[in-house]
Amino acid sequence: MLQLQVENLNVYYGAIHALQGISFTVDEGEIVTLIGANGAGKSTTLRTLSGLLRSRTGAITFKGEEISTRPAEKIVTMGMSHVPEGRKMFPFLSVRENLMMGAYTRSDPAEIQQTLDRVYKSFPRLRERSGQYGGTLSGGEQQMLATARGLMSKPSLLLLDEPSMGLSPILVEEIFRIIVEINKQGTSILLVEQNAQMALSIAQRAYVLETGRIVLSGSAKEIAENPQVKSAYLGV
Amino acid sequence: MPVSRDAIPSIPRLSVRRPPLAWVGWAFLILLALGVLWIIVSQGVKNPTLLAQNVLDGLKLGFVYALIALGYTMVYGIVKLINFAHGDVFMVGAFTSYFAVARFGLHKWPSLAFPGIGDGLSIVIGSISVIILSMVVCTLLAITIERVAYKPLRDAPRIAALITAIGVSFFLEYFGNLQFVYTARFIPYKSPFDTVAWYISGGIHRITAGVETPSNSVTFSNIFLIIMAASILVQILLQFIVRRTKIGMAMRASSFDKPTARLMGINVDRVISFTFAIGAAFAGLGGVLYAISYASITPILGIIPGLKAFVAAVLGGIGSIPGAFVGALIMGQAEVLTAGYISTPMRDAVAFTILIIVLLVKPTGIFGEPSGEKA
Amino acid sequence: MEITNLLLTVVKMVALVAWIYGLLWGLGRKPLWQKALTILLAFGIVQTAFLLKIGDNQVFTAFDQGLLFQACTMAMVAMGLNLIYGFNGQFSLAQWGFYGIGAYCAADITWRWNNGDPTGLLVVGIGVILGGIALMGVGRLLRLKRGVPVLSAFTFYLIAIVAAGLVAVLAGRALAPALTPLFGTSDVPGPLASAAMQQVVFGLSVICAGCFAAEVSFLFGLPVLTLGSDYFGIATLGFAIVVKTLLDNSDTLLPFPEMKGGRGMIGIPKLTTWIWAFVFLLAVIIIIRNFIRSSTGRATLSVREDEIAAKAMGINVAGSKLLAFVVGSFVAGLGGAVYAHYIGFLSPATFGFLPGFNPLIIVVFGGLGSMSGAIAASFGWVFFLEGFLRSLLGQLGTEAPTWRFVLYPLTLLLLMLLRPQGLLGTVEWGFMKADNFIKRLKGAPAGPAGSAPAEKGGA
Repeated sequence: MLQLQVENLNVYYGAIHALQGISFTVDEGEIVTLIGANGAGKSTTLRTLSGLLRSRTGAITFKGEEISTRPAEKIVTMGMSHVPEGRKMFPFLSVRENLMMGAYTRSDPAEIQQTLDRVYKSFPRLRERSGQYGGTLSGGEQQMLATARGLMSKPSLLLLDEPSMGLSPILVEEIFRIIVEINKQGTSILLVEQNAQMALSIAQRAYVLETGRIVLSGSAKEIAENPQVKSAYLGV
Repeated sequence: MPVSRDAIPSIPRLSVRRPPLAWVGWAFLILLALGVLWIIVSQGVKNPTLLAQNVLDGLKLGFVYALIALGYTMVYGIVKLINFAHGDVFMVGAFTSYFAVARFGLHKWPSLAFPGIGDGLSIVIGSISVIILSMVVCTLLAITIERVAYKPLRDAPRIAALITAIGVSFFLEYFGNLQFVYTARFIPYKSPFDTVAWYISGGIHRITAGVETPSNSVTFSNIFLIIMAASILVQILLQFIVRRTKIGMAMRASSFDKPTARLMGINVDRVISFTFAIGAAFAGLGGVLYAISYASITPILGIIPGLKAFVAAVLGGIGSIPGAFVGALIMGQAEVLTAGYISTPMRDAVAFTILIIVLLVKPTGIFGEPSGEKA
Repeated sequence: MEITNLLLTVVKMVALVAWIYGLLWGLGRKPLWQKALTILLAFGIVQTAFLLKIGDNQVFTAFDQGLLFQACTMAMVAMGLNLIYGFNGQFSLAQWGFYGIGAYCAADITWRWNNGDPTGLLVVGIGVILGGIALMGVGRLLRLKRGVPVLSAFTFYLIAIVAAGLVAVLAGRALAPALTPLFGTSDVPGPLASAAMQQVVFGLSVICAGCFAAEVSFLFGLPVLTLGSDYFGIATLGFAIVVKTLLDNSDTLLPFPEMKGGRGMIGIPKLTTWIWAFVFLLAVIIIIRNFIRSSTGRATLSVREDEIAAKAMGINVAGSKLLAFVVGSFVAGLGGAVYAHYIGFLSPATFGFLPGFNPLIIVVFGGLGSMSGAIAASFGWVFFLEGFLRSLLGQLGTEAPTWRFVLYPLTLLLLMLLRPQGLLGTVEWGFMKADNFIKRLKGAPAGPAGSAPAEKGGA
């Protein structure tokens, strides 16, 4: 079932035309990945979807509702959660408080506790550090915290922006394992990655972004085997 | 696989070369501090009651500053704006209470509405309603200012909002100066309740007209007690709001990173308005108490207390609520002790001198958080 | 009649802004004779306007002339602040304090001179020179030991300057009796009391005032510039307030009974003429422009953009900030001195907290980082607020002029909401433009000259 539909999205930074009419969809229960080089517009896409940026034209339909003019905080309540690039956790809040921030839109304490327990199960390391300030965690732990926090709003669609950035290969694998696990629990995922190989290995479908345009789309397998993608992004 | 931190052999610390001649600066500061201390102690020993009285007066001033400083520190913490208009909101609080009491006799409403009510109760309820009215007016004013003057500039360079803050401040001061708003009649401020004072001299005695107060005694009044109680209560209340409530958490998150806070579903604009509102309410409370305590009001009444309070907030570490409180108490003491023992006109200068010295030693203020990582 | 007066004020304002444009444009011309001609013309036009009469009405009334002088001093102060804040990114509110210091310092020199007392000039003159030497000497010595903490350096500088001051006071007092007879008596004025000598002393006093302000700013800036931007702003605000407090009590806390504390200093000889105002304005324009367009100026700019990156490029960040601060304050001191001698009366209230924001407002209005904007905005601001609004509201009744300061913040608000980057943004006119340098690069024969050394370095 179609969950997110983006049609002909145009986003500008001042005079710069950052997204030039991109369209794509995310189905329920899917992992979709957007890959592309630096400056292709991947993060811009996510920021526009979650309402941090405004598109000039184009439509974003989420769960059958048009959301392109809604403020970010409203979109969160609809079940879209954006884990921003660069592990933007709150360094002066404890891990637990960080996670509770993720559940800001929800009010039932019992249900929040339930989600918290589930999140702790996926990220056991965070339970150990629950009293520590976010800023004192290591890079990998911070990424886990940001991802976990994104899950606290019980989203049906999780937007992940570069979860592998700046992490060691071992940690990257761990993060991706968790992403698949989250997906199996029924959350669709829109994954933006520079690490194309990793992203393509877990995604069902993929889109290739180049200077604000989608130049290729298809199943992750097809994309991974595309000779151009291979030479440009996979380094084969 | 995770590597435990303990497994890594401790890296030998790089031997940091101690900066040369650092002792000269410290010696300078210590000499300065000793000099000031010497003046205060030597004078204090000569007349301990005067010293005690000064400390008490300093506390009173400090508690008022604390009420204003909270607004500064919260607003700066969240929007990084030196809200120069905050001192004028404080002034409006004082003026509102003047109008309410002198023009409309609001403090008398309980005895008019319920004639049977006791005098004491009537005064208490009346005074509280005056204070609440001032707080409400200040809150509305601050929200209006925020909406009109600051919100449209949120994405503009920071200086633009600062200039409008100065503009709003000018506006309130000069508007207050217009003849139909303010005339010399205002100078004696009419308090909603009477001042009762006590002196301490072998026990606490009430000062009554006609009975001589011993010259060598410390006096204090009910206003001092009210200010102290209000200030401490507000402090606790605010700590509770910021630490324990959802909106407090939203405030802390927004002050750190607004876009990410929005991604959590926080309505950042509303949080900012709330911050302005709550700061203004406390400033309004402070304004009424200040006016009652010092019994005269002018349209520029807010400038110096506002500045002092801001300095107090910076001194304590801007963004930190206990910091603002401690900073305000230090400011109050510094001002009164300077006026008492060093030089009356220099009391405003001392505040800034202390600020500069403290910031040089600890750049983020006494309770300031380290500036975080620059990632 | 009144309406025409109002219109005339606006016309004069526009004409003056055009005059500035012309002056800067002319100064920006290459050939030297064109620059010289521009200066002469620019001076002459205003001088003629001062003298010109149409019928019985003077074109530039005494009131307008006052406004013009005020605008000139404001332009100096604003340009100094623009250097500190607009180009170096240090949010300073102390500018008004240095303006006050300059004004009182120069006024005291000429006042004393006028009353047959040369100590003012001698003490300040010697003090400024000795102080400068002392500061440089200590700086040289401190450089031998690298990494001396700011507070210690400050202590050394403080000791040096206090010593220099003491020597200057003693020397001044010792030398003064030798000069006093040359003033003659009121009946038979001596050579030092002549009008020409007065002009010379005035010129010297302005320069002394600027240097004095600069030295004070050095001492103050050294520790305070290490603070972060907003903290620096508050500390500088504190400085302005301390200066105001001291001026308020100049007869009790400071040993200057002639300044009369809060009552205001009277009897300052009104020596500022158009030629002085113009010369100093021109000097300031040239100093600031050449400073910013030099390599030191580019270092200053880079500090504004990113301190860490600038440090990584090998720029002495602290030194660069201090230099900009000192130059800016020097200029403010000059402005203050010129101001004191056209107004003839100094009151500490002029240097108070609220007017202290005016230079900041002007600089932001003109456009942060636009020198032309700062000058134009100074003229526009003075003529709008003091000229236009005052006479407009003067029409509406006696109480109305107090509304001036109610309307003023509203204008401020409106302008900020409509144009937060300032009127001129970062646009520069004529002389102020930076393009000469770039043109030179483009004109270089083999590719961009700027990148050549970098390539060599990389290879």
